[in-house]
Amino acid sequence: MLEIKNLHARVADEGTEILRGVDLTVNDGEIAAIMGPNGSGKSTLSYILAGREDYEVTEGDILYNGESILEMEPDERAASGLFLAFQYPLEIPGVATMTFLKTALNAQRKARDEDELTTPEFMRRVKAAAGDLKINPEMLKRPLNVGFSGGEKKRAEILQMALLEPKLCVMDETDSGLDIDALKIVADGVNALRSPERSFLVITHYQRLLDYIVPDTVHVLSNGRIVKTGDKDLALQLEREGYSQIIEEAA
Amino acid sequence: MSVTELRPRTPAETRLIQLAEAQGENENARRPAIEALRREGLPTRKVEAWHYTDLRQLMGKRLGSDDAVEALRESGETLLEPLLQGSAVVDLDAPEAAHLPNGVTGSASAGEADWKTTPNRLDRSIDTVRAMNAAFGAASATIDVAAGTHLDHALELRPATGLKSHAFTTVTIGEKAEATIVERLDGGTTGAPSTGVNMLHVGAGANVLWIVDQEKGLDSSHLGQLSVRLEADSVFRLFVLNAGGGFVRYEVHTDVVGEGADVQIRGVNLLHAGQHVDVTTTLNHTVAHTTATETFRNVVTGGHGVFQGIIKVARGAQKTDAKMACNSLLLSDEGDFSAKPELEIFADDVQCGHGATAGEIDADHLFYLMSRGIPGDQARALLIKAFVAEVVEELEVEAIEDALETRIEAWLEANIR
Ligand SMILES: Nc1ncnc2c1ncn2[C@@H]1O[C@H](COP(=O)(O)OP(=O)(O)OP(=O)(O)O)[C@@H](O)[C@H]1O
Ligand SMILES: [Mg+2]
Repeated sequence: MLEIKNLHARVADEGTEILRGVDLTVNDGEIAAIMGPNGSGKSTLSYILAGREDYEVTEGDILYNGESILEMEPDERAASGLFLAFQYPLEIPGVATMTFLKTALNAQRKARDEDELTTPEFMRRVKAAAGDLKINPEMLKRPLNVGFSGGEKKRAEILQMALLEPKLCVMDETDSGLDIDALKIVADGVNALRSPERSFLVITHYQRLLDYIVPDTVHVLSNGRIVKTGDKDLALQLEREGYSQIIEEAA
Repeated sequence: MSVTELRPRTPAETRLIQLAEAQGENENARRPAIEALRREGLPTRKVEAWHYTDLRQLMGKRLGSDDAVEALRESGETLLEPLLQGSAVVDLDAPEAAHLPNGVTGSASAGEADWKTTPNRLDRSIDTVRAMNAAFGAASATIDVAAGTHLDHALELRPATGLKSHAFTTVTIGEKAEATIVERLDGGTTGAPSTGVNMLHVGAGANVLWIVDQEKGLDSSHLGQLSVRLEADSVFRLFVLNAGGGFVRYEVHTDVVGEGADVQIRGVNLLHAGQHVDVTTTLNHTVAHTTATETFRNVVTGGHGVFQGIIKVARGAQKTDAKMACNSLLLSDEGDFSAKPELEIFADDVQCGHGATAGEIDADHLFYLMSRGIPGDQARALLIKAFVAEVVEELEVEAIEDALETRIEAWLEANIR
């Protein structure tokens, strides 16, 4: 599904290097977790996957289903099945949530040569997905994310993910800001999407999420590099011991 | 030696006088205004009210050809659908002929256009817009909405669309009446300038929504003015849409003279190359406990935009709460927007503020939309629409929002990529 090879990247306009040779492979159907200290480059990696222009790749490559995506626009990446649930979802005043969802869904369908959804079919899908995630439909009448609480924004990201049915889901700290019940609901949502053709890259600071979404692999990102890879027990070890031991060992 | 003759007349001024003289009819009423213009000329940029809009230069280019001066006549323009369904249409050169709802009367007033007062305190000793309106022999119309009348449908005011499009309209909204009024400024492909002066009196407890829909042709110029007097506990809401015109100046002057009155001004200026659009407003608060909010959103793909806004609070006008904002989205280096918001406050217990911003499309917003699969052009269009939709939505009347959004979308589709 995803192969990140020796990826180096820096902030485009000032040149600070943030990723210093990331190597990471995520197989079809795999759930990979990325953990790592604040500022280690987790969000940067997720933005670069989604195609944000603020960062410049100076070395290495990102292969998605065997092909490099570095030259693709963010919308093309999305249409090919990549989705990023933002650590900090943006509020966009003036853009109605429903208009946004419909535009996004139909733009992706168009890019894949599929027919646009009819309005009733679209409404049916939104209603079903919102119901699963216990999102109050009234919220969807508001402009995109405007005035949503922190947790509501995170749930809205998962709603988008459920509707867009991506193949590779990158979730950047979706768990932070969620209350205990919401965490369970979101995890159930993710687990319902699990399939042999769909992979997840789950960025988190907390073992708790990984109790619900059990990862196949756990990777530690530190100072722009993957310094350790293991299975779900690695997350438990980190929870007990913190990062310093593991980072020192790797150095 | 006459002091007033010191400044030489520019070709624009000479042509203006020629054009005014050629309007015919009602010569005696027009004469003093023509004389005033002959004496004072057009304002230079040293006059504060005209600092960003050089009338001598802008009008000079747009005073029509000699043919226009020769051939002053009415031209039959195509009939427009009203902006809002079900509106009663009032042709301002024949208001008595309109089919008006109960409680509303319209008449052609015999009196001459009032150009002797100067509602724009930044202007010269003569009010430029009103003097031109009078010099061109504006047709006077009077519309009265009787006290207590609640109109279900809007009144749509239409100036004549031919070469001679000059209206002086007095609208009186009686106590506790409710009305929506559309000022439809359309057509105008003749090259000659048009003018429109409106005097609106909002009675105590009345509620008025006034909508300016200006979509004139690119070769036309228009000078407009709306002077409003608000009595106690009245509400005056204004929405200005500028989506056309080669050169347009629209002035709004409100005098809040009754306690508890509320002014809400919203507007959208859409500009492309070759245009000069100027909105100049004065909000006067002379009594205590009044409120005003004013927001303009501008989308600039070219041309020059101007916003001058001043909030004036008199000494006794305590507890005035007035806010003004002007936000511009600059989509090209070819265009610019000058914003000059000002406060002039003589009371000490007030809440007043203003802000002006100018910027490009937010790159983070754009990335967020694109990361969901929306192509760049479509995402940009969505964000531009959102930027103006925010002020349209504040109207909170769905049918009116829809009508305005349709006009705005048509402009965006034609002018954004
Ligand atoms: N656009 C930018 N300009 C300057 N510095 C940046 C930029 N983006 C990221 N950085 C820096 O790069 C480093 C990595 O940031 P990033 O957001 O990827 O960390 P993170 O691992 O997601 O941290 P957290 O756990 O706190 O979310 C930080 O030091 C951050 O300040
Ligand atoms: Mg982060």
